[in-house]
This record gives sequence, C-alpha cells and structure tokens, in this order.
Amino acid sequence: MADGDYKKVAYYPGCALEGSGHAYNASTKAVGKELGLDLVEIENWNCCGAMEVKNIDPKIQTYLSARNLSITEEMGFDTVMAPCNGCYHNLKKAEYDLSHDDASVEVNDRLSKKAGHKTYEPGKVETIHALDWIKKAVGEDEIRRRVKNSLNGIRVANYYGCMYTRPRHIFPEKDKGPGSESTAKPHFMDDILAAAGAQNVDFPLKTACCGGAHSLSDSDTSTKLVLNILTTAEACGADVIATECPTCHTGLEMHQIRAEKVLGRKTNVKILYFTQLLGMALGLSPNRVAVQENFSDARPLLKEKGLA
Amino acid sequence: MPIHEKSLIRPENLVTHDHLVIDGMDVSGHWSTFIEGRSITDYNENLQEEIAALPGGENIHRCWQCGSCTNACTVNAINPEFNPRYWIYLIRLGMEDELLRDKDIIWQCVSCNKCTYACPRDVAPEGVMKATAHWLELKGHTPKSPSTIFDEGFSAQVFQRGKIEDGLVLRNFLQDTGQPLRQPWLETMILGLIRRFPVFYLIRLGLSTVFRPKTRGWGRARAAINEYVHEVEATNRKALGLDAKGAE
Repeated sequence: MADGDYKKVAYYPGCALEGSGHAYNASTKAVGKELGLDLVEIENWNCCGAMEVKNIDPKIQTYLSARNLSITEEMGFDTVMAPCNGCYHNLKKAEYDLSHDDASVEVNDRLSKKAGHKTYEPGKVETIHALDWIKKAVGEDEIRRRVKNSLNGIRVANYYGCMYTRPRHIFPEKDKGPGSESTAKPHFMDDILAAAGAQNVDFPLKTACCGGAHSLSDSDTSTKLVLNILTTAEACGADVIATECPTCHTGLEMHQIRAEKVLGRKTNVKILYFTQLLGMALGLSPNRVAVQENFSDARPLLKEKGLA
Repeated sequence: MPIHEKSLIRPENLVTHDHLVIDGMDVSGHWSTFIEGRSITDYNENLQEEIAALPGGENIHRCWQCGSCTNACTVNAINPEFNPRYWIYLIRLGMEDELLRDKDIIWQCVSCNKCTYACPRDVAPEGVMKATAHWLELKGHTPKSPSTIFDEGFSAQVFQRGKIEDGLVLRNFLQDTGQPLRQPWLETMILGLIRRFPVFYLIRLGLSTVFRPKTRGWGRARAAINEYVHEVEATNRKALGLDAKGAE
C-alpha cells in the first residue's frame, strides 16, 4: 500500500477547505489536474474533529475520523489524501489509536454500528498529506521537467506547523532515513518548491506553533507567536511564507493584520499555500490557484517576479 | 517539610524583624531575614488519580520530572509562569492549593504537542494540560475558559450537522464570549478581500451562511454521538466525586 503510485487517490478536503481555506482546495485540485493526478472526493464525508472535539472527548474524534476512513474503504480506495494538516493528523491519530488502544476500538465500533455504517479497522486505508502526494506521485525530476514559469528568485520560508510532524508516534513512516520525511527538520515542501525554482531560505521555525488552536480564544498569544514567525521569516530574507495547512495559513494572515492593528508591528512577508506557488510554476494563472482569495495580497510581488 | 521549589519562596513566606537583638547582636532588618517554616497538611491525595481519570491525563504517573516538556513548550517561551513540568509535579504530590495559584493560565496550552514529542516517558503532557484545565472547570475552580467555549461551540456544530461553517463558528464564539462582532482586524481582513473582489469566493461564502454545510444522513451518527457524550460527562463527573449534573 505504501508503495502505491498515488496517481489516483481518495480526496478528503475537510471543512476548512470548503470555507476559509478554499484557495488551498482550488489550488490543490488545479495542480492535481495539471499533473494528471486523479482526486476522487470521499462521498458524504464529515468533519475530522479538528483541534476541538478531542477536548470534549478524544474517542469521539477517533470515531469522526474513522468514519471517513470507513467510507474511503467502501469506495474501494486504499489511500486517502488530506491536504489540511488537521485532517491529516486526525486520520493518522485515529489509525494509531485504533491499532493501539482497546477502548478507542470499542467506542468506534459502538458508534459506527449505531450510526449504521461499517466499522473501520486499522490497516485498510493509508492516509497521506498533499506533500506526500506530490512528492511520491510526481517527484522533483518530473516537476523540474514540467515547470513553465520558474519561481526563480522568489525566496521562500517553508512553514510546516505542528500537526504534520507531532507527536512522532502517529507518523510511523517518518524518520525512516533517506527518502522519508523528517519530523525534526521536515523537507518535502522545500524539495518540491526547490524543484519549481524557488530559493528556499534557511528558516529555523519550520515546525514552530502559530497558536492556531487558540487563534480566536487567546488571540493575544497567537498574535505574539505569529509575529515571531513572520519577523523571523523576514530576517531570513524570505519574500513568501509557504504553507500547507489552512489553520496555519489563516492564522498567519489574520494575526499579521492583528499584529499591525494591536501591536503596531507591520510585516510585509506574503503568505501563499505551497500548492499556489507550485501551480503558478506549472504555468497556471494566479487566479486559477485563487491567489485573489488570500488575505495577504501577494499580487504585486508576483507581478514583480514575473508570475502574474 | 523540604522546600519543594524555589518559586515557593514568596514575599509572604519571608519574615524580617525591623528591630531584633539576639545575644547582644543587632540583627535588625535584612540580617534577620528567614524563610518561615511550613508544614503542609492539606494534600489532596486523590489529585493525581482525578486528573488521570480525565481524557488526556492517563499517563501522568510516568513523569520523572526531567523538564523536557517545559523546555520545549511554546507558551512557556512567551510566559515563564506557564510550566507544565511544575504542574505535573504539584499534581503528583497532591498540592492542590499551589496548583490553584496558576489556575487562570493552564487552559492556555496551544496543543502544539512539542512537549509530547520531547517527553521520554510518554506522559503526553499536552493531554495532561487539557485534563487539568477540564478538572479546574468541573471542580468549579475556574469558569469555562474561552478555549472551552470555543471547543463546545465548534463541537456542537460537528455533532449537529457533521460539518462546521467557519463564519458561524466565528460569530457564535464572539457572541458567546460577549465580544463585539465588529473587530477592527476582522473588518480590515474583510475589506481587503472585498477590494480584490473574488466574486465566486464571496458568493460561496454567502451561500454557506444560508445553506449550512452538512453531511447527508447524519441523523443516526448524531444520536449515537450525543448519547456517548452524555455518558462521558457522567463518567468524568463521577470520577471526581461530583453529582450527576450542574458543576456550579
């Protein structure tokens, strides 16, 4: 299963990609289409529980995620791709809990039976992130061949956030040496964007936290955390912070504005989904990858760099 | 009783005599400063058990106080008072009163999982923080934190329809916490977006406030989840020796 070519996978967009993170959804689909990859959306999916339901009870979160995995299996897929870090994390967490925790298995079975669908059993579906998908289904060499509009000259800070690498134990395929992703120093996004021509800066806060879980409930803390990420990216010489998670992305954009309003600290670094950068490198127009939907307006920069 | 932590030497535990002569030696002022003797008798011997009974707190007994969690902590870096290692220590000793001194910041854990990543004993300190925040609320030591209000509003949408709608989450949260809907940063964000006029995106956002996203055939899942949630609430309250309903 892990050796699958990922050319045709089930697609789990999640709630954020239908709402505030729509640009990520649009750009992911556009990139997939351009690269000849097939995404089949999970029928009638539900919320994975995000970062909230686990605080009511973690086992409900496991059930919510397992339901999506169960539908994926019913649809005949053995791989599901989730671009949102939160969704990706939760599906992975459900997979882990259902293989290691009897109480989670019992609750999942009970709720699945009452809800009237098949109980998901671990090992049936592999969950991958959009980064795994591009990296394994296409790869850097193929990207280099297909670049029509190199990101040449754009300095990028690659920002992975928390949920893509932590906690380590729910990502058994990571930290497996050459070719695998690292939880301490992730590099899949760096690899992909470098192949698209970007100049990656040495960014020490790749897996720092943006305070996304408390973006609204503890805004001042989130603003401080985001401001630290923004100013560090600028100090590293980045024009753009590339993101791979709608919560991080929206958090960076929202608190960039909030830092200016509340703390009087203005930052100019632009925030773009990695799929938007990759899409433009492949020759898609900024509108096609929904750059106009971002709060942080990167269009002047893109024009200057010859991408728009 | 040994001094548990340097932080326990607080101004109110220090005694200084303005005029004091001992054996003809004048030790007035700071020469006579000493730390008041303390004997702790009010341990809550069930504290660790209570935290461990709540989701996330299960592994607290494994902690051997290496401090990796606090060292890795995102919130500690901006507020040194936020100290997961110390709170785990207090809980394990049953020093409830000391723990309660920090009751208003424990909920601020941002769930970045750096602690859980760093922990050599698989304590999962992130879970312990959530269990502790939950314990504080169930016991009535703190009102519901903004984080809990957010979690409950968000989860209610998931349980009800299977999906959430961003705009409604935001609006409900601002209302439930008594904040004005017109936030300056929010207005700037929205105005900036409108100026670029992404027509289809705006139409989508508009439509989703009317036709809320939902999962088809969610009814049975909703009933099953709601039943389970009530069960969990009752179990949690029972573990803390509280009656079936009404925390306050």
